[in-house]
Amino acid sequence: MPDYETLRLIWWLILGTLLIGFAIMDGFDLGIGATFRFLGRTDEERRALLESIEPVWEGNQVWFILAGGAVFAAWPLLYAASFSGLYLAMFVLLLALILRPVGFVFRNKIPDPRWRNAWDWALLIGGAVPALLFGVAFGNLFLGLPFHFDELQRPVFTGGFFGLLHPFALLAGVVSLSMLIMHGSVYAALKVGEPMSGRAAALGRVAALVYAICFIAAGMWVASAIAGHQIVSQANVLGPSNPMTKHVAVIQGAWLGNYRAHGILWLAPAIALLAAGVTWGLLGARRPGVAFVSSCLTLAGTILTAGLALFPFLMPSSAQPDQGLTVWDASSSAPTLFLMLVIVAVFLPVVLAYTAWVFRVLRGRITLEEIRRHAGRY
Amino acid sequence: MIDLALVNVSRLQFALTALYHFLFVPLTLGLSMILVIMEAVYVMTGREIWKRMTRFWGLLFGINFAMGVATGITMEFQFGTNWAYYSHYVGDIFGAPLAIEGLMAFFLEATFVGLFFFGWERLSRVGHLAVTALVALGSSLSALWILIANAWMQHPVGAQFNPQTMRMELLSFSQVLFNPVAQAKFVHTVAAGYVVGSVFVLAVSAWYLLRGRNVDIAKRSMAVAASFGLACALSVAVLGDESGYLASDNQKMKIAAIEAEWRTEAPPAGFTVFGFPDVQARTTHAELKVPWVLGLIATRSIDRPVSGIFDLVARARVRIESGIEAHAALRSLRADPTDAAAQARFAAHQQDLGYGLLLLRYVSDPTTATPAQIEAAAWSTVPDVPVLFWSFRVMVGLGLFFILLFATAFYLSARHRFEQNRWFLRIAFISLPLPWIAAELGWIVAEYGRQPWSIDGLLPTFLGVSVTPVTNVWLSLAGFVIFYSALAVVDVYLLVRMIRGGPDGLGYWPPERAGVP
Repeated sequence: MPDYETLRLIWWLILGTLLIGFAIMDGFDLGIGATFRFLGRTDEERRALLESIEPVWEGNQVWFILAGGAVFAAWPLLYAASFSGLYLAMFVLLLALILRPVGFVFRNKIPDPRWRNAWDWALLIGGAVPALLFGVAFGNLFLGLPFHFDELQRPVFTGGFFGLLHPFALLAGVVSLSMLIMHGSVYAALKVGEPMSGRAAALGRVAALVYAICFIAAGMWVASAIAGHQIVSQANVLGPSNPMTKHVAVIQGAWLGNYRAHGILWLAPAIALLAAGVTWGLLGARRPGVAFVSSCLTLAGTILTAGLALFPFLMPSSAQPDQGLTVWDASSSAPTLFLMLVIVAVFLPVVLAYTAWVFRVLRGRITLEEIRRHAGRY
Repeated sequence: MIDLALVNVSRLQFALTALYHFLFVPLTLGLSMILVIMEAVYVMTGREIWKRMTRFWGLLFGINFAMGVATGITMEFQFGTNWAYYSHYVGDIFGAPLAIEGLMAFFLEATFVGLFFFGWERLSRVGHLAVTALVALGSSLSALWILIANAWMQHPVGAQFNPQTMRMELLSFSQVLFNPVAQAKFVHTVAAGYVVGSVFVLAVSAWYLLRGRNVDIAKRSMAVAASFGLACALSVAVLGDESGYLASDNQKMKIAAIEAEWRTEAPPAGFTVFGFPDVQARTTHAELKVPWVLGLIATRSIDRPVSGIFDLVARARVRIESGIEAHAALRSLRADPTDAAAQARFAAHQQDLGYGLLLLRYVSDPTTATPAQIEAAAWSTVPDVPVLFWSFRVMVGLGLFFILLFATAFYLSARHRFEQNRWFLRIAFISLPLPWIAAELGWIVAEYGRQPWSIDGLLPTFLGVSVTPVTNVWLSLAGFVIFYSALAVVDVYLLVRMIRGGPDGLGYWPPERAGVP
């Protein structure tokens, strides 16, 4: 068994992998969910767009479910503090996510335009709200969340719902929303016939531009006006998971500390931006297949950029910075981390293999002719 | 101090959302298996009618599946949002089966369910059957991991308290995996889900036969439901959940409460068929007992006693006193982890730490508890006797009725005499809601009967709650009630509409070929 420090590091990487997997897989159907009402103008066009994601979105969403389960199993303190602290925000996210399974299945069952229109809005909310909130959540991590632990070691959150809507957090929300709209547009341009495909390519280019501008703005904001957290005591990387024993300093620019220490890390934001530019160009050249790869790189680069800036923090505390949760003091025990590592190492490749097979079976464009041939399968 | 208003509304929300989620889960389990059976017949015989059956029931499956997924996300969120201390206290053990469920089971189910609907023209017959089978396998595997997690709440094994992190930590995953309670629960719950699916198919088909429409599909569907349902209804009864109920004190308490057995009887104990449990007087009025039966069911022996509530409360009192010692030792250890005397004292009493925590409801420092508070805490280990007593009896009564229902259906199906026995078709149709009532009562017996513990003997439910303003929880509860009620209306409306439309109205086949097998 690897030592506790290595296990914690591996689990930080696994968490990042699951988040990137979630962004790549569920990201395109969230993005299409947020935009299909505009990309498709008639019911047939909208059905074609929906049918590009209907067979796969369910499996894609398991990336999110799994990320949640992995946080519970590997970072129970993070799971407890974040979900209970962000109570109402989580509730809003939950309602939006609930609209998706029912929306996809219910929409096509009845041809009445009012019925379909209502579910189209439900699907739009179910796509746009989570895409925005994931970014808002990341933004708040940079700002620190107002929580501490009481004498029983219960997490206590002292902020409210509207406190989460800090302008920087909203900017981060726009970053993730525009990023996922870009990703969804690329997928639509790839999978759906004309005229939706052309509209998607045009929208994807706009989204790529918005993303790039907001990403740079957020980066400059972090560098210039947001105080970062830094462990100033000896971090006990092998010690028991107890977030009450360290000292943390809140310093201007500390979120860039890792980048200053290791110049190679700048590759992450560089790749994110470069790939967004490439996606913009490839969509203009109508090469959505390659654009999908570059869009995936933008997603991965963006998540890595945020994770590397925060490291080793998982959830900094603005109320009691010393009690912020880090990779070293919020994890499960070493045996649990090792057990889950083995299970992930065995089963994640299996999941990837059968997922790839399913996408292969479903290959090909969804055209309007095909939509007209059947009434809806789902 | 503990905010009981917050605890109660959090519990109410959990119970309502779990009971609601559990309306859809058993039908997903049962229908997915029935789809596999129907499609297997199609692949083996090549008869188109079996494909039409698979697609028709699959459509209803899809609507129900979406509701199950939608309400399932709530459950994953809720441990964190509303039970944060619980999540911190046992996440090291409890989180693992939940994460494995996602990775091993839900991924499988959710990835292939799309192909079930969209793969008919893209896959070979055998290929599509394999996809359907993987969906069914995924849903049953999902139940397995969730029930392993749940069984650990009922009977926590393979874990130990760590004073340095103030939480339970994993000692042996194989003990968690091979928990005897998990095995009993899995077989019982999954078989019950299959019964729900079978009654659903039986009842809807009976409605078609009563109307004289879709007769070919309805008769074949009934035959499948009758034989599959009979086998499963028998399994549910024979492999009842109670086989795990002697594993620990709390499980014994649950069976004592189910039986309203206040005083330990000389073995083998009699089974109380009827009576009125009186919580105030701590006795049961107008008891009607069948000798021996309880002892045989509960202990699988004639010489081992089934402990009564008074004896179990006396044991709880002893453990609470020991738990106070554990609590005091833990405090010394927190101040000085190297204190050898405190270490020894904690080691001697740590198995009762949870019983000490029961006192936190009455006093903020357990070491200062009065004898009256200890007495109250000891009696707080008794769950709600009348609710358990009646829920169990109604559930068992329904279980026996299902055996009779399926046996009759099986007989009529073998003789091809459904249409001549309209009385049976009517009974089959009005039986439609009954398996859901049985399943929900089963949840109440298992989970309400677990109280006052969220983790048996380790963590009282009131302690597990998140520290969040009670108004937040009222707000979310109100949101769930409104949102879930609206979804229920739409769900039932769509199901009824699809069933009324029948297998012919799906638009999958050109009309001229619709009736040709």
